Amino acid sequence: MPNDIKVIESEYDVVVVGGGTAGPMAAIKARERNPGVRVLLIDKAHVKRSGAISMGMDGLNNAVVPGYATPEQYTKEITIANDGIVNQATVYAYAKHSFATIEQLDRWGVKFEKDANGDYAMRKVHHMGTYVLPMPEGHDVKKVLYRQLKRARVEITNRIVATRLLTAADGSVNGVMGFDSRTAEFHVIRAKAVVLACGAAGRLGLPASGYLMGTYENPTNAGDGYAMAYHAGAELANLECYQINPLIKDYNGPACAYVTGPLGGYTANNRGERFIECDYWSGQMMLEFYQELQSGNGPVFLKLDHLAEETIQTIETILHGNERPSRGQFHAGRGTDYRHRMVEMHISEIGFCSGHSASGVYVNERAETTVPGLYSAGDMAAVPHNYMLGAFVYGWFAGVNAAERAAAIDFAPIDAEQVEREKARIFAPLLREHGLPPLQVEYKLRRFVNDYLQPPKVTRKYEIALERFAEIREDLQQLKAADAHELMRCAEVAAILDCAEMAARASLFRTESRWGLYHLRVDHPERNDAEWFCHAHLKKGADGRMSHLKRPVEPYIVPIAEQEKDAYDRLRLNPTTAARAVATA
Amino acid sequence: MAFQPRSIAQYSEAAVTVDLDKCIAHKGCTVCIDVCPMDILDIDPATGKAYMKRDECWYCLPCQKDCPTGAIQVAIPYLLR
Ligand SMILES: Cc1cc2nc3c(=O)[nH]c(=O)nc-3n(C[C@H](O)[C@H](O)[C@H](O)COP(=O)(O)OP(=O)(O)OC[C@H]3O[C@@H](n4cnc5c(N)ncnc54)[C@H](O)[C@@H]3O)c2cc1C
Ligand code: SF4
Ligand code: SF4
Repeated sequence: MPNDIKVIESEYDVVVVGGGTAGPMAAIKARERNPGVRVLLIDKAHVKRSGAISMGMDGLNNAVVPGYATPEQYTKEITIANDGIVNQATVYAYAKHSFATIEQLDRWGVKFEKDANGDYAMRKVHHMGTYVLPMPEGHDVKKVLYRQLKRARVEITNRIVATRLLTAADGSVNGVMGFDSRTAEFHVIRAKAVVLACGAAGRLGLPASGYLMGTYENPTNAGDGYAMAYHAGAELANLECYQINPLIKDYNGPACAYVTGPLGGYTANNRGERFIECDYWSGQMMLEFYQELQSGNGPVFLKLDHLAEETIQTIETILHGNERPSRGQFHAGRGTDYRHRMVEMHISEIGFCSGHSASGVYVNERAETTVPGLYSAGDMAAVPHNYMLGAFVYGWFAGVNAAERAAAIDFAPIDAEQVEREKARIFAPLLREHGLPPLQVEYKLRRFVNDYLQPPKVTRKYEIALERFAEIREDLQQLKAADAHELMRCAEVAAILDCAEMAARASLFRTESRWGLYHLRVDHPERNDAEWFCHAHLKKGADGRMSHLKRPVEPYIVPIAEQEKDAYDRLRLNPTTAARAVATA
Repeated sequence: MAFQPRSIAQYSEAAVTVDLDKCIAHKGCTVCIDVCPMDILDIDPATGKAYMKRDECWYCLPCQKDCPTGAIQVAIPYLLR
């Protein structure tokens, strides 16, 4: 055992892990709820510029603004977009709190687009309702949050990689362990409540470029949150409902049909023809995209070359300024000018993300997981299609409820054995004389994820994947880290492996097809509502292995009429409507 | 003698480059190093200035945007160019 590893012990009422989007909101709201509660926010990166929104955002994808949509309409749309498998209580709670959250962000200084009357300038992108609120000057979101964190006197420690949660004798969460990715100091933080806001599992698949960190998600989000929740005993929901996105080929950032759609841009095939009615990302939309790619009509493009010069300039200002600002440079390098050339698109690597699809750690409408004392919010918490505003809303819920718990209970004693075990696990690669470099192990693992797990899902391929993953689990015992930074990559590869195994097992469990491309099982091609109209949960079983359970879909709050249920199955345009859509674009 | 394990290094062209005349790291600036989410920038002991230490860039740009002197520049990494 490494005896010279420095151990730093501390104690906070509430610890928030992940200072991207949901995390800062949780920390601020916990302090607002009860200024007597001591709150620590830790992040693997630096909270000033961490997470998916590090460079700002182009807009709110799912704003429920009075006059444009009601919480009931939104709940209905997301229920249908997610093939009926939603806990409507969570979506409805989001929708009801959506506008209050926009107003809160607005008061703090986040800039949203407004019309001449000062009203929010809403745009329609979804199949049914109007939910997109542009943020052409959305580059300051992190700055605004950081100011509020300071005002609320939240304590912040950057560059801490959280690796495991501590659990008390009664199974509740009573702390967090992790290490400093610069000094390799080991942190043991006692807590009365922990909020996990570690983002998506964004390093599951390997981008087509072969670049490990060229992911759609911010690559800091390696799936650590999913792995920590799993090892603490929490249930994870519908992991087989992968995140797969339509992206700019090679660059692997969003093409942003949500920005360009309302201005007349659209997704087109190689003949420049529109083939889907609606560019809102859903499993069904991705299936149409996939089929177009396979059909000989591909590649698929974002088409803007028919737009007026003025419109194109507006698009360039937004898309090359916020969110992924290196995009302009990428296009320039390849000579892609929106005026003359369509932007080639492709299908992304797979990931887990409830912000974009529905794969996450189960939470209820209070952001509580199934483990007492553990809350979760943002992309890793299973509230379907929650996006950025959903991360803020559930961060808010998690902060308030964690503060309430912290005020009501005492600290539970720490189990020294858990601490020793984790210390040995984490620091082993630093002590090895020779061994496997973490990035090479990661490359191999993620190559297998692409080879075997990328949909369409084939049972036999999934079984082979599990064999390969078991071999890589052995390889973890041979990882070697030269310094604290490489130690972080070692910890991440273990989390990615947990996620890869969860993805494979969850997909094998659900023996039907659902959610378009996200869970397209070649050996079970039909949707089977009789047996599978339910949530599929995964958790760590008593034997320490992954176990599965079916959970009934909670009774709907907002009923869905029979003829509305498959609205998202009718995305493909037939030739005549396609012609009309192009003509009116 | 038994076979000896060894590691070998691969090299990459750094996509993130620094103008040594403009960089004020020697005056204590560490802004780019602080904000980089991937933690891949550091001070080069040879020059005392910032440099790209690891090939793990997300081409996200906080380093370039926040540098007070315009001394750091991010190119699209070669594999994606
Ligand atoms: C490129 C891109 C474009 C998008 N565009 C839009 C858009 O236009 N509109 C919209 O509404 N939504 C958009 N989204 C989605 C939206 O950004 C996310 O849903 C939301 O920001 C997620 O918030 P989060 O808090 O869950 O994750 P993040 O904001 O990513 O935060 C996660 C944090 O956890 C930290 N972390 C991870 N692991 C650990 C660990 N082990 N220990 C400590 N810290 C850790 C990370 O450093 C990070 O700071 C986009 C996402 C991406 C990636
Ligand atoms: S932010 Fe700019 S000036 Fe400061 S260390 Fe980095 S490159 Fe040098
Ligand atoms: S572009 Fe992003 S990841 Fe690359 S060095 Fe700059 S801050 Fe770091």
